[in-house]
Amino acid sequence: MMILLAAIAIIPAYFTPLWQISLWAPQYPEGLNMKIWIDHLSGNVDQINGVNHYIGMNHIGDEMFPEFQYLIYIIGVLIGLGVLAFAIGKRWSLYGFFGLISLFGVLVLVDMYLWGYEYGHTLDPKAAIKVEGMSYQPPLIGYKELLNFLAYSGPDTGGWILTGGTALLMLAIVRDRLEKPAKI
Amino acid sequence: MKKNVWLLAAGLTAAALAPGCKPKSAQTAISGDAAAKVYVAPGEHDEFYNIVSGGFNGQISVVGLPSGRVLKILPVFSVHPENGYGYSEESKPMLNTSNGFVPWDDLHHIAVSTTNAEHDARWVFANGNNTPRIARVDLTTFKTVEIIEIPNSAGNHSSPFITENTEYVVAGTRFSVPVGDNKDVSIDSYKENFKGHISFIAVDPESGEMDISFQIEAPPFNFDLARAGKKKSHGWFFFSTYNTEMAHTLLEVNASQKDKDYIMAINWKKAEEYIKAGKGVKKKVRYAHNKWDEETHTATSTIKEEVLVLDPTILKDIVYFIPCPKSPHGTDTDPTGEYIIGSGKLAAIIPVFSFTKMLKAIEDKDYEGELSGMPVLKYESVLHGEVEKPGLGPLHTEFDGKGFAYTSMFVSSEIVKWNIETLEVVDRVPTYYSVGHLSIPGGPTGKPHGKYMVAYNKITKDRYLPTGPELAHSAQLYDISGDKMQLLLDFPTIGEPHYAEAFPASLIKDKQVKFYEIEKNMHPYALKGIKDARVERKGNEVHVYMTSIRSNFRPDNIEGVFVGDEVYFHVTNLEQDWDVPHGFAVKGARTAELLVMPGETATLKWVPEKEGVYPFYCTDFCSALHQEMQGYMRVSAKGSNVPLKFSTGDVE
Repeated sequence: MMILLAAIAIIPAYFTPLWQISLWAPQYPEGLNMKIWIDHLSGNVDQINGVNHYIGMNHIGDEMFPEFQYLIYIIGVLIGLGVLAFAIGKRWSLYGFFGLISLFGVLVLVDMYLWGYEYGHTLDPKAAIKVEGMSYQPPLIGYKELLNFLAYSGPDTGGWILTGGTALLMLAIVRDRLEKPAKI
Repeated sequence: MKKNVWLLAAGLTAAALAPGCKPKSAQTAISGDAAAKVYVAPGEHDEFYNIVSGGFNGQISVVGLPSGRVLKILPVFSVHPENGYGYSEESKPMLNTSNGFVPWDDLHHIAVSTTNAEHDARWVFANGNNTPRIARVDLTTFKTVEIIEIPNSAGNHSSPFITENTEYVVAGTRFSVPVGDNKDVSIDSYKENFKGHISFIAVDPESGEMDISFQIEAPPFNFDLARAGKKKSHGWFFFSTYNTEMAHTLLEVNASQKDKDYIMAINWKKAEEYIKAGKGVKKKVRYAHNKWDEETHTATSTIKEEVLVLDPTILKDIVYFIPCPKSPHGTDTDPTGEYIIGSGKLAAIIPVFSFTKMLKAIEDKDYEGELSGMPVLKYESVLHGEVEKPGLGPLHTEFDGKGFAYTSMFVSSEIVKWNIETLEVVDRVPTYYSVGHLSIPGGPTGKPHGKYMVAYNKITKDRYLPTGPELAHSAQLYDISGDKMQLLLDFPTIGEPHYAEAFPASLIKDKQVKFYEIEKNMHPYALKGIKDARVERKGNEVHVYMTSIRSNFRPDNIEGVFVGDEVYFHVTNLEQDWDVPHGFAVKGARTAELLVMPGETATLKWVPEKEGVYPFYCTDFCSALHQEMQGYMRVSAKGSNVPLKFSTGDVE
């Protein structure tokens, strides 16, 4: 049952933002916020680009993320496999699905890190403001101070639901272990 | 693996949720006695006048400190509906230029006159940025009394800055432009054909009257701001430059490429010697010089056609360049005149130069190169030291006279206090938001009054009750009398303040003109009493010699005026008492209204277009019977047979 719930929990990924990056500065007390969806960006992307061009950062846009092209299919396959795992209803299917989801999560984080590194380090040599030794890689998760900005990166609604789904799987595994101790 | 994922998930959750992880933004605390420190009790006066530029409104606002109250909006480069400046026939010539009448300009900087590098507060100088001009305001009347246009200049930003005895007001051009007979050139030919001119305007020590003494033809850089040397460095002037890349397109990028631009040091005493020796070249130009006469209550505008230019590539020892990091904005000299601070707006440090070292470098010919024959001094040889990690986006520096400098930081939105000798940062306070200029009473002079500091900000956002898309610019007042700067007050301002200067009110408050003596009124249409009130026709001109005194106009019934006539209402306010202005407005007049001070005469021109009876009335609530202060003018069809007739108080 929990596998089904977990699989269903992936569905909102299509309708809710998965990840968010926020920036605050003295002159932006209200903050600038960018949301990453399954296939597009939203929020103050233009303002963030406006601010970042002074230090020569690349222009952020949907075209910057080739992931947007195939993420919808990957998620679709994950949901399908989840339903399949539920249908099979065996221990191996639960473990297998959990492993798959976890692997997916780790890959996403690795991908995000690589993007952040690239984005933060690829600076236009003709930028107006160049600070010796400074790079602007956004934090993977959590907060980081970058010049006059405080940057935050973390899951958004969809991301939290996904995490919740994964937690359910984990709960399922724990219950499974308690009810039927694994034979060695 | 599972355990790891579990831990990872828990870790992520904790990291994302934990509110304690978000670093605290800068302190916003107001300590308890702030209100008492800015409270000026009813009937009491502020301690300082703050003369604040209005930026894009082309005006000056006069603010009291520490209350932050606006005392007056003083029109300079823009017409002013409040008092008829630029609308009355007398004041229109003040806004004349070589391009004709310009009703609105952009006013950035203030210079309050000094003697021996201390404020004497006789005059305020202000720059017209767009159509280059310098204005002089008389501080006994708070009135613009002179405006001089600057030829060979465009974007008069590096202006007005004054020498320590107000010998000169300078005007450096922001845009370099082609000049002379060679003005229609390709923009691509920037490096060959464009020039940056720096103007030195002599100020008469008695009358304050301005006269362009000479110009220095400088390379085609952008000149941003300037400061005169003072005390030991008296005789020198320092100009910040940017776009030494000499780009003419996308300056945002192309003028930000060099690691160092320059502070241009000018030995103006040397320039004076060359002029005495006849080395200046007279060049043909056109510029307007407008003067207000307090006896005729009328402005005159004269077009002048010549300016004396010095070429520093030929005349040695006038110009030296000091390398200064990353597009310096402000260049400021400390109260002793020894230190010159360059605020590289894109730089990570603040360089402080030593005047003594500069002289030595010049003497030793310690040059790193030259620009068209003008020496570039070695950065290290002139440097006193660098302020490390001051903040982001340094713009301007003022002083407290106690050995500290205060630098505004646009990007990190703060003011940083540092020790001029040791270059250590000792305190910093946030501003709301993105401070541009800052102002300390006496801050740019040899005698600062290190008690208050005002931050004039560029971004307001949530500081006050919102008023739609267009917001007042915000300012904050700080107490800087102690070791730590203390935020006292946050107040909205008029226009977009750039620079402001403040001085003790005691310098001028007892010298204020309260009214104009009617006996000294030399206006050609003035009346000294009610008995001469009359109407005269000269061809199609109708001159109404009108008096206003509580609570009537004389004459107040006028007939025999025809459609198409040029009607001039010359209104003399006969009152001889403080604070009794009279206004004048006639229905349908497209030249608006007048506000006439006691003892003054002002003229409103009106060309009636339709017949009828037109009411006129006093627009300034002058007395208990103000609502009775009114009259009628009858306008008849052209060629009709209505005789010229005027009267007051006659009833048939």
